[in-house]
Amino acid sequence: MHNFDFVKPSSLAEAVKAMQAEGAQALSGGQTLISTMKQRLAAPAVLVSLTGIAEMKGVSVAGRVMTIGAATPHAVVAKEAAKAYPALAALAGGIGDPAVRSRGTIGGSLANNDPAACYPAGVLASAATIVTSRREIAADDFFQGLFTTALEEGEIITAVRFPIPDRAAYAKFLQPASRFSLTSAFVARTGSAVRVAITGASENGVFRWTEGERALSANFSPQAVKGLKANADDMIGDLHGSKAYRAALVGVMTARAVAMAMA
Amino acid sequence: MTKVSMTVNGRAVSGDVEGRTLLSTFLREGLALTGTHVGCDTSQCGACVVHVNGAPVKSCTVFALDLEGATIRTIEGMANADGSLSPLQQAFQDHHGLQCGFCTPGMVMSSAALLAENPRPTPQEVRAYLDGNICRCTGYHNIVKAVLAASGQDVSAVAAE
Ligand SMILES: Cc1cc2nc3c(=O)[nH]c(=O)nc-3n(C[C@H](O)[C@H](O)[C@H](O)COP(=O)(O)OP(=O)(O)OC[C@H]3O[C@@H](n4cnc5c(N)ncnc54)[C@H](O)[C@@H]3O)c2cc1C
Ligand code: FES
Ligand code: FES
Repeated sequence: MHNFDFVKPSSLAEAVKAMQAEGAQALSGGQTLISTMKQRLAAPAVLVSLTGIAEMKGVSVAGRVMTIGAATPHAVVAKEAAKAYPALAALAGGIGDPAVRSRGTIGGSLANNDPAACYPAGVLASAATIVTSRREIAADDFFQGLFTTALEEGEIITAVRFPIPDRAAYAKFLQPASRFSLTSAFVARTGSAVRVAITGASENGVFRWTEGERALSANFSPQAVKGLKANADDMIGDLHGSKAYRAALVGVMTARAVAMAMA
Repeated sequence: MTKVSMTVNGRAVSGDVEGRTLLSTFLREGLALTGTHVGCDTSQCGACVVHVNGAPVKSCTVFALDLEGATIRTIEGMANADGSLSPLQQAFQDHHGLQCGFCTPGMVMSSAALLAENPRPTPQEVRAYLDGNICRCTGYHNIVKAVLAASGQDVSAVAAE
């Protein structure tokens, strides 16, 4: 790993300033970035740790809206969101393993936008808002393909705001070697509107499965998506599962998520 | 080089480190605490798990400088005050929860974190919690048995499946 200057600001304002340095990059839980740096796929000149900024941590609930600070580790979300938004807490509690959950954060996960990550599905299906040091971004505009987001150079995610759905669930099909997801579905229903977000399946990262959404808005039951298959063309095909297999899993995991949400 | 200070196994320690110095490197090379093992260095195996402020953390995937002021516990801090094995460590020995021993420091630290959170876990809960700890030798059954025994549960009926 190349060496770098390490800075650990204690306020967001200081962090925003530190990010203006040439070659600066944010470090949150490090559960993705440190491995990337070891492989020399990233070589920041300055690493700006976000782990000492109290205003970027914690879970709070006001009415039907839950806000999670971007630097809140998965383990904390699993505990503190359990009452207000159990489906999202369960998603956080199923990421990786306990040690990954001690450090890894929601902000890091969203900024990274790994095509097999869990949080992007929860955020997109919930129609959450990504709050940054500069603006607010709707989930529908945030995810822009494989490891690509709407974030600009030096922009820091500070929090994520979730409208809490009436019913929701995340059905994860585990890829046991990576502990990420092979193909997983997050289903959220508010009133009669249903949103379905799929992760792990597409070459373009997380996406809304509109065909499934249409079927479930008319009839919110696992039967509604039985036999519905996603288009296999832009699916990921690898030794863990072919394109067709993942396309089939889209329907299967959505049906499971719906059954979980109804339980 | 920057000075970093933390409490490790109850002792105040400090040392000069680079930005890129990992906690595992600081423990092993800076403090000569070589009980923390590095199996993969890629966050996959869990051999390097230590406790940071009570939570299990892969010491190969955190920078020492990010832990200024933190309280760390490693496998060297797990024995009883008189140097004898703690009940959890003794259970690993009694139930053959180790063979080569390479994964054992991480297994013990993860299991201790589990028992602190959940004093009487089910076998399923033990297996789920140890998801990030890989063992090439034992086949896991005896590790699960050791953790259940350490939690005070009767394991006489638990066979090596
Ligand atoms: C063994 C293992 C298993 C895993 N399993 C899963 C899984 O099942 N599901 C899953 O979703 N993830 C999984 N992960 C990934 C884990 O959730 C990571 O924590 C996450 O992807 C990155 O979050 P982080 O806080 O560690 O970010 P970091 O690694 O610190 O940063 C990641 C990237 O985001 C940028 N960044 C970080 N924070 C911000 C911010 N606030 N604003 C702007 N940019 C920022 C960084 O500059 C970097 O580019 C796993 C990781 C490991 C090692
Ligand atoms: S050495 Fe840290 S997880 Fe393997
Ligand atoms: S005892 Fe050898 S790796 Fe676990």
